[in-house]
Amino acid sequence: MIHSLFLVNSSGDIFLEKHWKSVVSRSVCDYFFEAQERASEPENVPPVIPTPHHYLISVLRHRIYFVAVIQSEVPPLFVIEFLHRVVDTFQDYFGVCTEAAIKDNVVVVYELLEEMLDNGFPLATESNILKELIKPPTILRTVVNTITGSTNVGEQLPTGQLSVVPWRRTGVKYTNNEAYFDVVEEIDAIIDKSGSTITAEIQGVIDACVKLTGMPDLTLSFMNPRLLDDVSFHPCVRFKRWEAERILSFIPPDGNFRLLSYHVSSQNLVAIPVYVKHNITFREGSSQGRFELTLGPKQTMGKGVEAVLVSSQLPRGVLNTNLNPTQGTYTFDPVTKLLSWDVGKINPQKLPSLKGSMSLQAGASKPDENPTINIQFKIQQSALSGLKVNRLDMYGEKYKPFKGIKYMTKAGKFQIATR
Amino acid sequence: MTPMQKLLQLPVNAMNMVKTAQDQMGQQDEAKSPVMTPDGGNHNWYNGEPNDPRHIRFGSGGGDQEERAHLEEGGGSLSSLVTQPLRHDDLKEMLDSNKDSLKLEAMKRIVAMIARGKNASDLFPAVVKNVACKNIEVKKLVYVYLVRYAEEQQDLALLSISTFQRGLKDPNQLIRASALRVLSSIRVTIIVPIMMLAIKEAASDMSPYVRKTAAHAIPKLYSLDPEQKDCLIEVIEKLLADKTTLVAGSVVMAFEEVCPERIDLIHKNYRKLCNLLIDVEEWGQVVIINMLTRYARTQFLNPNMNESLLEEGGGEKAFYGSDNDDDTDDEEDKEEKEKKKTEATAIVKRKPYVMDPDHRLLLRNTKPLLQSRNAAVVMAVAQLYFHLAPKAEVGVIAKALVRLMRSHSEVQYVVLQNVATMSIKRRGMFEPYLKSFYIRSTDPTQIKVLKLEVLTNLANETNISTILREFQTYIKSNDKDFVAATIQAIGRCATNIGEVRDTCLNGLVQLLSNRDELVVAESVVVIKKLLQMQPEQHSDIIKHMAKLTDNIQVPMARASILWLIGEYCEHVPKIAPDVLRKMAKTFTNEEDIVKLQIINLAAKLYLTNSKQTKLLTQYVLNLAKYDQNYDIRDRARFIRQLIVPTDKSGALSKYAKKLFLALKPAPVLESPFKDRDHFQLGSLSHLLNAKAGGYQVLPDWPEAAPDPSVRNVEVPEWTKCSSREKRKEKKADKPFYSDSEGESGPTESADSASDTASGSESGSGSEESGSGSESEESNEDSESASEEDEEEEGKKKKKNVEKIKARKPVPESESEPSSGEEVKKSEKKSKPRIGSSESESEEDEDSESESSESEEEESEEESEEETKKKKKTTASKPPSKPPKKENKKEKKEMSLLDFDDFDPAPSPSQVTPLNNFLSSSLVTDLEGLSLTDNVLSPTTIVPSGNLKTYELLHRITGEGLSVEYCFSRQPFSPDPHMVAVKIQFTNSATSEAKSLHVEDAKLQSGMRIKEFPEIEVLPAGETVSVVMGIDFCDSTQAANFQLCTHTRKFFVSIQPPVGELMMPIFMTENEFKKEQETLLQSLGQLMGMNEITEKLTLEEKCQGEHAVVQRVTTAANLSRVPCGSDKECSPPVPPPPFPIHRFAGKTVTSGSLVLVSVVTKEDGAAQLTVNCEKMVIGTMLVKDILQALTQ
Repeated sequence: MIHSLFLVNSSGDIFLEKHWKSVVSRSVCDYFFEAQERASEPENVPPVIPTPHHYLISVLRHRIYFVAVIQSEVPPLFVIEFLHRVVDTFQDYFGVCTEAAIKDNVVVVYELLEEMLDNGFPLATESNILKELIKPPTILRTVVNTITGSTNVGEQLPTGQLSVVPWRRTGVKYTNNEAYFDVVEEIDAIIDKSGSTITAEIQGVIDACVKLTGMPDLTLSFMNPRLLDDVSFHPCVRFKRWEAERILSFIPPDGNFRLLSYHVSSQNLVAIPVYVKHNITFREGSSQGRFELTLGPKQTMGKGVEAVLVSSQLPRGVLNTNLNPTQGTYTFDPVTKLLSWDVGKINPQKLPSLKGSMSLQAGASKPDENPTINIQFKIQQSALSGLKVNRLDMYGEKYKPFKGIKYMTKAGKFQIATR
Repeated sequence: MTPMQKLLQLPVNAMNMVKTAQDQMGQQDEAKSPVMTPDGGNHNWYNGEPNDPRHIRFGSGGGDQEERAHLEEGGGSLSSLVTQPLRHDDLKEMLDSNKDSLKLEAMKRIVAMIARGKNASDLFPAVVKNVACKNIEVKKLVYVYLVRYAEEQQDLALLSISTFQRGLKDPNQLIRASALRVLSSIRVTIIVPIMMLAIKEAASDMSPYVRKTAAHAIPKLYSLDPEQKDCLIEVIEKLLADKTTLVAGSVVMAFEEVCPERIDLIHKNYRKLCNLLIDVEEWGQVVIINMLTRYARTQFLNPNMNESLLEEGGGEKAFYGSDNDDDTDDEEDKEEKEKKKTEATAIVKRKPYVMDPDHRLLLRNTKPLLQSRNAAVVMAVAQLYFHLAPKAEVGVIAKALVRLMRSHSEVQYVVLQNVATMSIKRRGMFEPYLKSFYIRSTDPTQIKVLKLEVLTNLANETNISTILREFQTYIKSNDKDFVAATIQAIGRCATNIGEVRDTCLNGLVQLLSNRDELVVAESVVVIKKLLQMQPEQHSDIIKHMAKLTDNIQVPMARASILWLIGEYCEHVPKIAPDVLRKMAKTFTNEEDIVKLQIINLAAKLYLTNSKQTKLLTQYVLNLAKYDQNYDIRDRARFIRQLIVPTDKSGALSKYAKKLFLALKPAPVLESPFKDRDHFQLGSLSHLLNAKAGGYQVLPDWPEAAPDPSVRNVEVPEWTKCSSREKRKEKKADKPFYSDSEGESGPTESADSASDTASGSESGSGSEESGSGSESEESNEDSESASEEDEEEEGKKKKKNVEKIKARKPVPESESEPSSGEEVKKSEKKSKPRIGSSESESEEDEDSESESSESEEEESEEESEEETKKKKKTTASKPPSKPPKKENKKEKKEMSLLDFDDFDPAPSPSQVTPLNNFLSSSLVTDLEGLSLTDNVLSPTTIVPSGNLKTYELLHRITGEGLSVEYCFSRQPFSPDPHMVAVKIQFTNSATSEAKSLHVEDAKLQSGMRIKEFPEIEVLPAGETVSVVMGIDFCDSTQAANFQLCTHTRKFFVSIQPPVGELMMPIFMTENEFKKEQETLLQSLGQLMGMNEITEKLTLEEKCQGEHAVVQRVTTAANLSRVPCGSDKECSPPVPPPPFPIHRFAGKTVTSGSLVLVSVVTKEDGAAQLTVNCEKMVIGTMLVKDILQALTQ
């Protein structure tokens, strides 16, 4: 299946290669570089590139291209999904997945890649198993290793691989047993110039951090499970139970994991938590344009809207801007024409606004396109869809764990058209 | 790396290739005696050409090697001068050293080199020596190196083979697996037979993990030597029959790579694969689903063959005839359709098609996987449904696919490609999700274009207005490629939906005044296509476009306009010649396609309006005659001959007008995704729209279904463990067995022992008789036992001697219990315990798992937990048995290991006969409970004062302070729900201990503790007793707390025997019976739930009534139910011939009744019955009392 892997950085250097079958010359990447040159933006490189003898399937994460070389028919998603899993694992191990981090830990990276694929077919991709095999590097361990000469490679054999619960390692022990769940919802919306919603949907996830001793069996129930019309689960969740009772029943992996992700579709009415009043005009023949933007909260269930960040790609004709924010800071990059305004918290009594003028290229006709405004925000302690966890129970172990649930709403791809 | 090298990075690679070749030659020489001549030093003399003049120049000694190395490399490039060989030298030195840390450092640097793509092949001999290194990380890195370079240095690689061969025989499954993994990854043709043998052996290994590795190895061997195909197919066939989820994915993968055409191998395993699917790991699921799709296409009938009617009734496509795929049957009258809508099932009945249950099974079992977090799995299921499901059911996949659109852009890209294909065939499916395909300004262009494609496919009369409005906003985008794609999309909507054609056309014409040339050009092209459909009505548009020729520079657009004018010159008779005039002027500066169209236009005008344009045409043709491009020259010559009448002109010129002015059919604007579904969706071939290597064509449905009985399997018992519910049980069991369980595998791993082991096994049957007799116990048990036989069988071939050594104790111990029935019973009862204690002891010896952490009481608690489980699920016994035997073997062979995971610690006690073994393990268990022999041994009658004391803190650990405790069996006055614990402090130190108190109690939930008052001073040599209360919450969990003195803190824990968790209550015999009845009834008479009966044989010494009572009350805090003479029992029950002893009590915390009765019979036979609401308590109590009575 996957023949080789090349990691390519943003400047087009191959800084790591790994072959699972016979060696493929790195010159195969030339086809990739060609495609990269042709693409206007880094993310426009086609994920699948055919070459005379191979196929290159690549993903772009953290400004690194992970280019897999394959030789014969394989579902492309299979490779893409696997590559993303590799990136997730690196991130899990090194905190960040940057070129520097990979170079610093090249041996661990190599060991990981060796375990994750066997002859190009995925072998161990569960982070718990991998951590049993190869311990993630920490500063402490690095120090200890240099002193004692011990290694990052687990002394144990990966018993987890043999288990019927492959995602959980055996013999977990904690003094403080705790289980935290974060319900995070992202709202994606397109709002048209008049402020009416074209489409809005909620993507939610429940991320868990479970540190429980032994082999606990958890059940999580919701007040309103009907909201979740489309869900995908971590493999630990017992699907039949969900089908029958709408209860999540699972033996959790150890540590952090994504329990489920769900989708509340546009069919359900989604309340939009903020509104934007905008007035962006360019006059024909004038080298000035007006720019006005006001933000306000709307249907937030009494929770404050925080960490608001507005960004907009202004038309190419705009040379510079001269704007005054009532709060926060704004920047405009005259080269990329990217305007960004870090608003912070919205105070409902005194709505933040950004007003001023734009200077345009003299003599040029007024720009065709009007910018779209992208907004990011956070609302703590509230899940926009109204999803509520009812209770969490634990079976199979006798101690009493500490439980916690947190809700948060974020803007996902939230964009407002101005014309 | 020197700066020089950096500059010349690319040449280094090229050079390395040359160098590798050179090296290989050199290394082969070396290989002749690699061990005797370690690298460095003198042997380089032999390596070089003896008559090489360079050699003489540089002389001998240490410097020689590096110098020579330059020269060798000098041929390639100057880049890697001094440094590289130097560094390699010190790497070699490090690898040769004795220190693991140096070796590790060297290996790390080498791996880093490999990772950067640098050549490290000249280190091969130095590295390969370390293949048997004790350090795991070094070893792993050596493997990495070996797999990378073995192909280049085949001879040297052979040196490592013996290490792996040894590994293949290792008793530890994980070591066997990793040895096979590396062995099969070394791409050296000469070891093919060894690999083949290893794979065959591993395929019948008892560990599913090793079998999985074997499955992985199959494609490796196949790619190395396709000759082995037949043998490999045999192995695949065998592994396909495997019943574990672990193996399933890997073997199907091997099947797909080696023999995808042998679909017949799947028949017997089809149902099993369907059922196992949900529990297979995600990557395996993808492969299996794809394979099953193909399988189903060959084996089942098309479910849609007469469902087109149904779909019509469904109302999705009835209106839009334009791209309705295949079968619109208008002959069906409307009424009937209506009926069908409501009576879908009735139709099915009437029609001959009935879905094969196996087909249905596949659809049903894959559906839950749409919920997978893995996009590849979801896609696999989606394509399966698309290709196999009845049209009415395909809809379920839409939602899941739409969900995937939120994922990474690469995932989106692939999913959208597939959605685009699907949406052509099944538009209705995605219509509800139209808005999910709306485009955001932040999407990458390639995603935008795909979304446009989907939106266009989804457009119909009802939603076209919304879609067009959406398109309007897209046209204002910054992204010009995207705008162009949008215009094309509008054009397609206009062609497909007649109602909006005019609107679209008007919109497009407006775009012609756009400032952006690209937009205008694209619009022109699209308008051209639209106009072709109804040119008569649109002469004004053509006129408008004619004017544009002055401004538009984009060649494609100019060409389109010219073509339009030429084609419809009759509609614009005045303008056309003028345009030609202008064009003739600029002819030389135009692009080629424009020139061709100018010639075209000239020719058409000449034919229709020769009076005005004759000269112009001549002029243009003359210009073209001398054009640089031969196409244009060619065309000019051709057209001149055709249209200008000369005497030599051929017959064709008569038809010139017909040729040029024929009515051209309007172009059909088609989706590029049309008909792409003849490739299996989700495949690479589909994505590229070209057949990729190794792509298996998705066959068409068969006309008639092949015989479904081929899928029948003789023994249909295997499915049992597949459902997730079942798995739950297993999961729960798992931790208690620790490693040993994994080794034996859960019950499902039980291989079909019969097909391999049976025949040859019978010969050695006599040896197995011990275990044979044992196997009567239960079906499953016998299965695992015979599996073991099979494993034994495998070993026998190789290690006869060892086998006998390892085997001997097993039959011996096995045959022991069968001699006397009673013993066997007792063994049976305590079997769970054996299991746990076994694993426990193994932990200790192996140091494999966290033995250090696992405290005694914990494992004890686990074993209790386990017993409970055992009793509850009577069937789950086997796991505890096989591991025991396995482990013994493992221990026997421990000394053969060269891996340092295990300490070689075979102790003789392990191989002693079972009886001995049993009791010794029991003792260890009991120590955990702190119930040592003396309490159980027959002592004198114990009045309540004579209590067993337990040690809480030993004198030595307590630094002179020793603490003992006993359960005083007095009610604890401050809280009746607490068990009173009497604690006795003895200060045997020389100094006094101050302020003794309890601190920091760590209790399980629900448990409480009432501390004793602080003891201010305990003088040396004194003893003091206090009482504390503990509410154990009716569990035998230990109460952990700290015992503090003024100087120290000691962690201590008190764990109650189950008998201390209750207090006696007084009851009459009739009450007792009544309670017993109600207890039984209250739980729905689930015997065994709250009543546990065990037969036992009383020891000689305690056959007396007195002794029985004595022992029971010692074991548990119960009171005897008085009954005068046993003969005077209540009338309804016929007087039992032997005395019955009854005891009653209730648990301290919850007050649940505990009723115990012991019926004694002849010859010391007796029956013990315990009734208790609390099952755990009941089970444990039975165990304890049994012990008390039988010891």
